[in-house]
Amino acid sequence: MARRTLAIGCGAGFSGDRWDAAGPVVDTLIERGGPAALIFETLAERTLAAAQLARRRDPEAGYEPALERFVAPVLARCVAHGIPIIGNFGAANPHAAARRLQALAGAQGLARLRVAVVEGDDLSDEQGRGALGEALEAVRGGRDLVAANAYQGADAIAGALRAGAQVVVTGRVADPSLAVGPALAHFGWHEGDWDAIARATMAGHLLECGAQVTGGYFADPGMKDVPDLAAVGFPIVEIEAGGDFVVTKAARTGGRVDARTVKEQLLYEIHDPAAYLTPDVVADITDAEVCALGDDRVAVTGVRGHPRPPMLKVTVCFDGGWLAEGEISYAGPNAEARARLAAEVIRSRAGAGLALRFDLAGVLSLFGDDHGRTLAECVPSDARDVRLRVAAAHCERVPLEHLMREVLALYTCGPAGGGGVRTSIVPRLATASCFVRRELAPARYMMLEAA
Amino acid sequence: MSAAPVRVPLHALAHGRSGDKGDRLNISVIAYDAALYPVLVEQVTEARVTGQFRHRRPTAVRRYLLPRLAAMNFVLDGVLDGGVNASLNLDAHGKSLAFLLLDMEIEVPAALAAGLGRSRVQQG
Repeated sequence: MARRTLAIGCGAGFSGDRWDAAGPVVDTLIERGGPAALIFETLAERTLAAAQLARRRDPEAGYEPALERFVAPVLARCVAHGIPIIGNFGAANPHAAARRLQALAGAQGLARLRVAVVEGDDLSDEQGRGALGEALEAVRGGRDLVAANAYQGADAIAGALRAGAQVVVTGRVADPSLAVGPALAHFGWHEGDWDAIARATMAGHLLECGAQVTGGYFADPGMKDVPDLAAVGFPIVEIEAGGDFVVTKAARTGGRVDARTVKEQLLYEIHDPAAYLTPDVVADITDAEVCALGDDRVAVTGVRGHPRPPMLKVTVCFDGGWLAEGEISYAGPNAEARARLAAEVIRSRAGAGLALRFDLAGVLSLFGDDHGRTLAECVPSDARDVRLRVAAAHCERVPLEHLMREVLALYTCGPAGGGGVRTSIVPRLATASCFVRRELAPARYMMLEAA
Repeated sequence: MSAAPVRVPLHALAHGRSGDKGDRLNISVIAYDAALYPVLVEQVTEARVTGQFRHRRPTAVRRYLLPRLAAMNFVLDGVLDGGVNASLNLDAHGKSLAFLLLDMEIEVPAALAAGLGRSRVQQG
């Protein structure tokens, strides 16, 4: 059984992440030698539904649009050094993504790339909807279903790696499972090794948002300064046989890894710290400890694990109508009063059919609530550079088009000196969550034949 | 020592980050200095956080303590206007809301207040 420390690097923490982040991570994994893997996390809640819509338009689409931009810079080096790549960039069409990767490998002169596809998350078809049954109907409310995907765990990823996959393409899996998969394959942990699996899960949790653990999304000048944030390096974890791990980052990059960056990300999107639920384990970080070792290295210990839950979480996406946003700016003397008057004009012209939200960027635009309670209590402040924003949602586009025309008409019919009108109307997706018994949505991997 | 306590924003004593899942928001509050953690535990209560978010009408606010990290985790239900896919907020994720919590005022006992306001850029 392999017992050496396993290093896992992260090349992307979301679909919009930097394309040049993975290169220094792979350089570092190669320099340190030893067993390693690289993960890409590019699949947010709504990303998958958007991908499902793309696949309906084009049967070869529906995976991460920037797949090649993420993978091309590192594929050859990863293959040459035996570093498997695991990514949920398959989104709604992992088979098409896998074919694209094989084509990319061919174009780079890499013969017979072994690509595995993890399936079983997509419950959008008739059989999947049947497995969801009443749970789906309970959240559906008569809306059109766009996608239903179960959060799968690490087992199928680990199986694919043990079978020799050089790249594993998944759709929806729990984000930490991207890292738990290679840890299971490397250390040979079994169901029941809950502490070890929970530790690897928290390692994956710290990796999955990329730079958020290495100084990205952290800097607060004068309070929490980050060196060379523009060149922030992406994270690497070094996992030991018992699951305890050290967080560090790519060499010769900006950013920092210290106790504070690790604590912030450790608690990111956590609810009950004693029960962080994934398909692989229930992780308990109540007694976790974070110890800075210096040189951008932090040890995380004390994570415990409990048996994994019997149910898988399922994200269901529905058609969500339309979102309209219109903006106009006022500056100089009495700017805030003019912006507030413009809001009154819009409210009066829009009538009662739409629920409107108003913001005054420069005064109050983020902390306010959709019902306007915060803005109503916000005493006018004579701000001199204010951007009014009005937002509304509706199942039909036409009423929103009328609203946006009212924003545009502020140019001639509104208060003095308004400038910079922008309007947009975009389709929305609504999401809900339900659960399915794991045996009704089994995951499996399939090794693709080399092209 | 009978000097009056020093009033400072929580932002001077702690850092934190927001995370969202549906209409549920979590915000971590992590003490820069473990010696001040008991002050935070005493004052950054579920009731005060509920008050800080009163305009968003939370349906539940729950605090979890993580003393080994000198941290606490707040979980607020119903404060994201339905969540990222339903809210009309520019910041539909509520990512900025950690700084609404960090704007809360804290009274630091004078004996512990020495050294506050210094830049906190040293390695944590």
